[in-house]
Amino acid sequence: MEKCKVTIDGKTIEVEKGITILEAAKKIGIKIPTLCHLDLHDIKMVNKAASCRVCVVEVEGRKNLAPSCSTPVFDGMKVITNSIRALNARKIVLELLLSDHPKECLTCAKSGECELQELAEEFAIRKIEFEGEMSRYRKDYSPSIIRDMDKCVMCRRCETMCNEVQTVGVLSGINRGFNSVVATFFEKNLEDTTCTYCGQCVAVCPTGALTEVDYSWDVINAIANPNKIVIVQTAPAVRAALGEEFGLEPGTSVTGKMVAALKRLGFDYVFDTDFAADLTIMEEASEFLDRLTRFLNGDKSVRLPILTSCCPAWIKFFEHHFPELIDMPSTAKSPQQMFGAIAKSYFADILQVPREKIVVVSVMPCLAKKYEASRPEFKVNGNPDVDISITTRELARLIKQANIDFMSLPEEDFDKPLGESTGAGVIFGVTGGVIEAAVRTAYEWYTGKELRDVEFRQLRSDEGIRTASVNFGGFELNIGISYGLGNARKLLEEIKSGKSNYHAIEIMACPGGCIGGGGQPYHHGNLDIIRARARAIYHEDRHKEIRKSHKNPYIIELYEKYLGKPLSEKSHKLLHTHYFKKVLY
Amino acid sequence: MSYQRYCLVCNSSKCGHYSKAIADNIKHYLRENNIKDIKVVMTECFGLCKQGPIVKIMPDNIVYSGVKPMDTKEIVEKHLINGEVVSRLVHENKKSKQLKIVLRNCGFIDPENIDDYIEKDGYFALAKALKMSRMDVINEIKLSGLRGRGGGGFPTGLKWEYAYKQNSDQKYVVCNADEGDPGAFMDRSVLEGDPHSVIEGMLICGYAIGSNKGLVYTRAEYPLAVKRLSKAIKDAREYGFLGNNIMGSGFNFDIEIKYGAGAFVCGEETALIRSMEGERGEPTSKPPYPAESGYWDKPTNVNNVETFANVPVIINKGANWFNKIGTEKSKGTKVFALAGKINNVGLIEVPMGITLREIIFDIGGGIKDGKRFKAVQTGGPSGGCLTEKDLDTPIDYDTLLAKGSMMGSGGMIVMDEDDCMVAVAKFYLEFTVDESCGKCTPCRVGNKRLYELLEKVTSGKATFSDLDKIKNLSNVIKDTALCGLGQTAPNPVLSTITNFWDEYVAHVNEKSCPSGQCKELIRYIIDHNKCVGCTACVRVCPVYAISGKVREPHTIDQDKCIKCGACYNTCKFDAIYKK
Repeated sequence: MEKCKVTIDGKTIEVEKGITILEAAKKIGIKIPTLCHLDLHDIKMVNKAASCRVCVVEVEGRKNLAPSCSTPVFDGMKVITNSIRALNARKIVLELLLSDHPKECLTCAKSGECELQELAEEFAIRKIEFEGEMSRYRKDYSPSIIRDMDKCVMCRRCETMCNEVQTVGVLSGINRGFNSVVATFFEKNLEDTTCTYCGQCVAVCPTGALTEVDYSWDVINAIANPNKIVIVQTAPAVRAALGEEFGLEPGTSVTGKMVAALKRLGFDYVFDTDFAADLTIMEEASEFLDRLTRFLNGDKSVRLPILTSCCPAWIKFFEHHFPELIDMPSTAKSPQQMFGAIAKSYFADILQVPREKIVVVSVMPCLAKKYEASRPEFKVNGNPDVDISITTRELARLIKQANIDFMSLPEEDFDKPLGESTGAGVIFGVTGGVIEAAVRTAYEWYTGKELRDVEFRQLRSDEGIRTASVNFGGFELNIGISYGLGNARKLLEEIKSGKSNYHAIEIMACPGGCIGGGGQPYHHGNLDIIRARARAIYHEDRHKEIRKSHKNPYIIELYEKYLGKPLSEKSHKLLHTHYFKKVLY
Repeated sequence: MSYQRYCLVCNSSKCGHYSKAIADNIKHYLRENNIKDIKVVMTECFGLCKQGPIVKIMPDNIVYSGVKPMDTKEIVEKHLINGEVVSRLVHENKKSKQLKIVLRNCGFIDPENIDDYIEKDGYFALAKALKMSRMDVINEIKLSGLRGRGGGGFPTGLKWEYAYKQNSDQKYVVCNADEGDPGAFMDRSVLEGDPHSVIEGMLICGYAIGSNKGLVYTRAEYPLAVKRLSKAIKDAREYGFLGNNIMGSGFNFDIEIKYGAGAFVCGEETALIRSMEGERGEPTSKPPYPAESGYWDKPTNVNNVETFANVPVIINKGANWFNKIGTEKSKGTKVFALAGKINNVGLIEVPMGITLREIIFDIGGGIKDGKRFKAVQTGGPSGGCLTEKDLDTPIDYDTLLAKGSMMGSGGMIVMDEDDCMVAVAKFYLEFTVDESCGKCTPCRVGNKRLYELLEKVTSGKATFSDLDKIKNLSNVIKDTALCGLGQTAPNPVLSTITNFWDEYVAHVNEKSCPSGQCKELIRYIIDHNKCVGCTACVRVCPVYAISGKVREPHTIDQDKCIKCGACYNTCKFDAIYKK
């Protein structure tokens, strides 16, 4: 790598040629403020709009100020980041942004997490010198996401995320000049587009322009209703991230405290989605082995690979973009929905109450889960299997509202019977985890041998697309894994063109899997946080007594007492679903 | 067949209203007299719009001005048949200070006839260039001192050299024909009047940088230019000037036309490239420059129409001929679209280094109605206003920049004593606010806020601190905006606030507009010494703001007055004045 010498604020350093002023400054501890800039190069998401102009600096010999986020350094470059000229420009740019921004910080969902608010605070902006017309747009409510474009600063991060990373292509800049804004095709409601509700736009939005629909008050109301039995289920990725909201280091697993908090919130039963994940594996692994055996026996009516179906954003994505492959995903419902179906049938029977008396609340790292819960096929006589789906962030707010001192809580255990899970259920929260869990079970069923080492390292990595093979007693099982819908698209295109030789593919929509979901605490551009969460998940798996789904005693009991066996008629009715071909526009 | 005479009928701007009738009539009378060796050609602007419609007879070199369709019989019978000049219609051609290089063929040839172009040494430069080495061609352009005519004035040869030095399997030559300055039509005239000169310029560039593909990005609102250019491309292909193995040299090149939807910002080269790729027309940060990574991320050389039209002449006549014209750092000529409060509006081409005085008073014929010259806006909405003290400055890229304006693509709008300079700045800023792409904050929000501050000034609501804000904001926008559009948008404001500070102060301090242009600051007042009480004004006032008894002086109720000016225009006794 060619080197060059750069002087920034009087300090000279040698850096690789071609890196930006911002990157060079960071190396010597100079933090130039930015707003539109976002570099998530690990997931190939680099927002290089250079449009906010907050990061401008003075470069010797250059006529105007240079945006440090997109200006490459050159040998002998002299940069001043804090001259009066640069500071004045930055302050005015900020004031301009604020002059067209609602001053609703007190009631804004992003307050405290807003990057614009933080900059305004840092620059001690106490009065906005400019005033005039304000942008006014219709608020767009969908089952998962609220778009409030009055708060949009045109950083275009959402657009880059939606178009380049996820290849969903719903968001794009429209209109010109002062009226320009990020919008959907013909300004349709998000609900009427191909939006998958993956929530990654929300995860990167610097302001309150894109936020989740908050159902936390509905949860409080349900708990307060004496006529309802309120059950909560928590997804595996939640316990790996919730602690961040209370100041804990990323990667701190808070399962026990989370359970304690949920009990103190007043839920009647605190159960675990991980239990349902184990159940998912029972059904999905059976379905896979059934398809595989028929395929290997020359049955031309079966198509492989089987695609995992736990991620609702991914489901909506293929329904829109790959309707011709609609028979390929597993018909197994996602753990959230399996849990809801079992809670309102099997568990309702145990309690001897009608399903309508039960309210199922799910705590998810995900925004698409809100949408999934609202899908009509997951309702019985209008009563949904999952009534309310909230995010990790909403749960944190609930705990804070209820004056619960999270840090001093004891560690408590999930309730039985739907709270007991295996290590296989836990790793659902991380990319590669669903397929690893399935392999742990399928291997034993296929080969009839006991699996001694359950950790399939070849399936674990933070690469966006990866392939691995697992030896099933002489038979090489080819596995594809991807996270990010853009990566998924590549795998699906391979399948479509007939080039794929995979037997099974796992797809998750978010970076790093559910741990990087759109409902998790904001990572503010630091993907190390997501890696730390993955470590927490694997740590939890390692310390589980049982690590294979089919060994979960409560799962075995569920089949013995209620479902019969995997893929039985009752299982099909409760635990499997079907998909719908959807249009692109 | 060869023609004895050509009868050129201007088909541009003002002349165009009559051109078809004039041309049809001439053809009719020629047929009636069974004359077949005279060709009637519709041509482009002669730069005499004010005197139009124009008919020119070649090779006699007689220009008729103010021709009406009914004059055509006389022109045919007297001039074309009997060879007598129709003296009453002859345009008196003062010794012109113009020098036509870019417009050399405009109005002199049939733009739809490739043979006409070849007759004027067309494609000779291409033949000559193809025998030179690629670097020699680039050196010739560098030596000529030609600079980009689109506005920025970047040395063309240097641009070509950057593109030449890039290693790539594919390079592109792009002709920027997205002319958008209000009132400017230089590029359109060249494309309509001499499309082959642009094609030839692009070919020479393609050869020099090693590209086989040219694209012309033009506005869909230029149907005639598109039609003529398409025809020219087709003809050039038929003659073997475009296609494979051009003139046996082994050089391949072809040209495709891309249509813009009329966004001003798409004249900015990176936005233009995005638009050609089918993306939203938004500029991107430079570097990377298009020469490194442009159209489909390939090295791309973008020049505008006028720049390309200069190239064949430079190759034909040599760089040393070209670089003797103009000033030390700006060589050759520049085409301007002269407009505003001036007697002779229209296209002119003048050598660099000419003074504004020569353009406005000699070529332009001075200010309309004998009024006083006040300012001239060069460079369109991106430029600035120059004043009387700048009249004798030789015009080139650098002097204009030093004076807070710019060459731009060549718009030149003259203002007289009646123009309010705050309103002028507001007018130009309104244009850039409308045409901003909305990508960067300083342009999207900053220019909007700047416009709103100017509105405060013109409505008498501004304070001195607002004037400070205007200055500071303008400078920050210049310093931080992403592309040329945003960076130059405050120029009209900054140049007027510098040159006409008193006018701004009058708006703020006295809440009055010295030129009487800012509607909200005008007051119509009846001079009681002059008013005879005829009641004419009372009858035209739409809001019943005027009262008074018959034969007694009247009064206007300022609270009711909407400043429509109806009373002012009606009064026969000059009793109503503006204040």
